[in-house]
Amino acid sequence: MARAAVLGRLTWRVGEVRALREETPTARTLILHVPGWPGHQAGQHVDVRLTAPDGYTAVRSYSLANSLANAPDAERVELTVQRVPDGEVSPYLTRILAVGDPLEIRGPVGGWFVWRPDRPEPVQLVAGGSGVVPLMAMIRTHRAASSRAPMRLLYSVRDPEAALYREELADLAASEDGPEVTCVYTRAAPPGRSRAPGRIDADLLAAATWPPEAGPSCYVCGPTGFVERAADLLVAAGHEPARIRTERFGPSGGSR
Amino acid sequence: MGIVSPGFSGRRRTADLPPGQYLTDDFPVLSAGPTPRVRPEEWSFTITTETGREHRWTWREFRALPTERPTVDLHCVTRWSKLGTHWEGVSLDTLLAGVETTADHALAHSYGGYTTNMPLADLRDGKAWIAFRFDGEALAPEHGGPARLLVPHLYLWKSAKWVRGITLLTHDRPGFWESAGYHDYGDPWREQRYWGD
Repeated sequence: MARAAVLGRLTWRVGEVRALREETPTARTLILHVPGWPGHQAGQHVDVRLTAPDGYTAVRSYSLANSLANAPDAERVELTVQRVPDGEVSPYLTRILAVGDPLEIRGPVGGWFVWRPDRPEPVQLVAGGSGVVPLMAMIRTHRAASSRAPMRLLYSVRDPEAALYREELADLAASEDGPEVTCVYTRAAPPGRSRAPGRIDADLLAAATWPPEAGPSCYVCGPTGFVERAADLLVAAGHEPARIRTERFGPSGGSR
Repeated sequence: MGIVSPGFSGRRRTADLPPGQYLTDDFPVLSAGPTPRVRPEEWSFTITTETGREHRWTWREFRALPTERPTVDLHCVTRWSKLGTHWEGVSLDTLLAGVETTADHALAHSYGGYTTNMPLADLRDGKAWIAFRFDGEALAPEHGGPARLLVPHLYLWKSAKWVRGITLLTHDRPGFWESAGYHDYGDPWREQRYWGD
């Protein structure tokens, strides 16, 4: 496997919540201004630290959702947080955190699950649930940098209500030069869909993703079971394992 | 102390965990790529010394070695810890017993291309195993089966899944995550997560 990015020493920085955007009934995007932010690449994540009045701290990792390619504000950080039932940190971030509050973060972290807009080869993104967040950063980077790399997203989500970035993805799917977007549903599909709700399978992959001959770089992110299945299907379809990058999160081991 | 997060109270730890860790009962999976499927009959394990000498075991030879059943705590750099896990494996002391070396460093290699480094001393004296059973069952592929390195006193990324060999080196050579921003040594009790920690 190839070596990836180089990171310097990571220090905690205090950001300020500039805005909050409700994405779904259980997910929210935090828009932060972080003075001194060193910048980030699509696919990276940050650690977020909460501190109680007695000094107790809890830290979790969240994927960066925004692109800094050609961005007017290089100190802007957007995190999309899915509320985990019974979680310790995500309920605070999705319910209690308010505009104007400080929030400590350190990063960016991760040099492997990263896409750079100077890469020319096709890109296949495969997301399960809130695993779409780092892939959305790649899509936004693709657009902001006017990349010509052909890009496709296959997004599997429980039902239309649970889909993150619904309007933005619909706009992209409708645009000429944007990535090709295929949304599929595991529990309930919108009316008029020919495909019955269900898990992804080989037929869907063959219809909605780049074939191995196109030589795509594949990025797969989601809950562990989804990623195992999607990555196995890609390998079975003939994709080289070394070209498939994955990021998994489990019910409690995960963080997002 | 960090700045106080308005309205955050948090949960206090109940167990004795390394700093910044929280307890989980399930067994999350974290890997950088697809899960390699390696059948025992095509599996082998090779220790290569600094002089290039190779010591190789097929699955059958490996399974004929004496085994141990360690019960250990696992600490993942993504902050979950799982306590009192039951494994069966071959101690690295057993595998290294007939290996002549003056090396101080080791680099573990896996099927699928993953690598991770550690001082050789961290693999000796009952601290590390090549594990092939978890909780009494054959180790599942997503957890590194047929066999993985188990070095539980370091963060879990050092316990290379799908391990196929260890190269002994006279100098330190960073592995996969160690080259991508993660700490070279990775002691959870000193919270060595990233470069510079």
